[in-house]
Amino acid sequence: MPVVDLASTSRRELNGALHALAPSTHETHWRVENPQGQHALAAGLDAPVMVEIAGHAGYYCAGMNKQATVVVEGNAGVGVAENMMSGKVHVKGDASQSAGATAHGGLLVIDGNASARCGISMKGIDIVVKGSIGPMSAFMAQAGNLVVLGDAGEALGDSIYEARLFVRGEVKSLGADCIEKEMRSEHSELLQKLLDAAGVSDKVKPDQFKRYGSARGLYNFHVDNAAAY
Amino acid sequence: MCGIVGLFLKDRALEPRLGELLAGMLEVMTDRGPDSAGFAVYGPGEAGRIKLTIRGSDLEGVAQALGQALGSPVSAVPHDTHMVLLLAEDRETDARAWLAEQRPDITVIGAGKRIELYKEVGLPGAVSARFGLAGMAGTHGIGHTRMATESAVTTDGAHPFSTGADQCLVHNGSLSNHASLRRMLQPKGIDFATDNDSEVAAGYLSWKLREGATLAEALEDSLDDLDGFFTFVVGTENGFAVLRDPISCKPAVMAETDQYVAFGSEYRALVGLPGIAQARVFEPEPARVYAWERG
Repeated sequence: MPVVDLASTSRRELNGALHALAPSTHETHWRVENPQGQHALAAGLDAPVMVEIAGHAGYYCAGMNKQATVVVEGNAGVGVAENMMSGKVHVKGDASQSAGATAHGGLLVIDGNASARCGISMKGIDIVVKGSIGPMSAFMAQAGNLVVLGDAGEALGDSIYEARLFVRGEVKSLGADCIEKEMRSEHSELLQKLLDAAGVSDKVKPDQFKRYGSARGLYNFHVDNAAAY
Repeated sequence: MCGIVGLFLKDRALEPRLGELLAGMLEVMTDRGPDSAGFAVYGPGEAGRIKLTIRGSDLEGVAQALGQALGSPVSAVPHDTHMVLLLAEDRETDARAWLAEQRPDITVIGAGKRIELYKEVGLPGAVSARFGLAGMAGTHGIGHTRMATESAVTTDGAHPFSTGADQCLVHNGSLSNHASLRRMLQPKGIDFATDNDSEVAAGYLSWKLREGATLAEALEDSLDDLDGFFTFVVGTENGFAVLRDPISCKPAVMAETDQYVAFGSEYRALVGLPGIAQARVFEPEPARVYAWERG
């Protein structure tokens, strides 16, 4: 197993080595020591490998991820897994703002809390937050699923296009054009799969959640809605 | 951009290392603010005496001349372009008047029982080295690395800003209503030395504190009265506080242990602190005042 110590190796060398991996590589399990909050760790990966980051990560960790599994054993800074395409990112601590921003696919699991703008402009990613999320989360969300076991802050789903938002706790307020929606059987089945994938389905059940989504009132400009844009 | 660091010690055994720890934190924030840097350190004070931090290009002989004029001893500790004058508490007004009249080339940038304040244009590492930050002791300190937005890259525009005794503020962000706030505060006797928006925030807090608010109350009120985006770290003689605007526009990370409370714009600034691996690391919530007071 390759072990990269960032106390003695530069982040560019680490990312360069990870980018150079062929799809058929046998070096499938990497460990990164002394991350010390550096930015852009394990960003831009495109190989089916596992990268464990032994501590806190800075901004844009695992950004643009494809195929890889990235585990952050501490907190992650702004924009973890932003624009992820596929694969999995698991943050064992808290995540800062804009976790999973604009991401098209893959699974982001945050064991702690995520702060403001979690899932902003999400385009197909699945996000499971075991704690709570901050204000303005899922702002302009377009596709994908956001599952929150705790509470959601102000203006959840503001100007949401599509995407399904499942919240188990309190929602402080809903943003413009975001409404509570009926939880039908297909939603419960989907939620069950996401809870399974995040490894929490033994204690957490779909019927504990409420579903929120788009009222589809702001899709096109209408002068009567001018105040809501 | 801009970078902010702050360190508030709970464990007295760390006090001799305050400057060393703060200098390390400040330098890491160079890439958030390479234009200028500054810091305030709350060091030991003397009963009945006040510290004036002055800045000027020719400070030699100032303490002696001022002491003669006041008829009261003034001691001085020079630090490059800055000097800390120590004089009798009840002579502050006279000392300021003498400096304004006799030495208009000198600026008083901070005053109080314990605060010392230093700032210059240049890379943060160079600024802390020229003032000898690493050798300074104290109970708490605040630092700032500036990437200028609302006013020019000058020493006057560097943070921290101090608009009241033992008070200082550093700011990451930018305020939109600083001109109208300045007009509101000036008739109330709050003086401003620059056109800087952050100095207005400092003046606003000084006004609130003067009117009897606690530091936490003053910051609560600022959420209603300040328009713009901001992360503030504020120091008083015995207090340390943090506030972010309601949409948390600017980054902030905090760490708390039994030994200290630390603030950084990014976690990277905190990695050199003792016991950081075991610290409670968290992101301060928007529009929530975090305040600590020394017992």
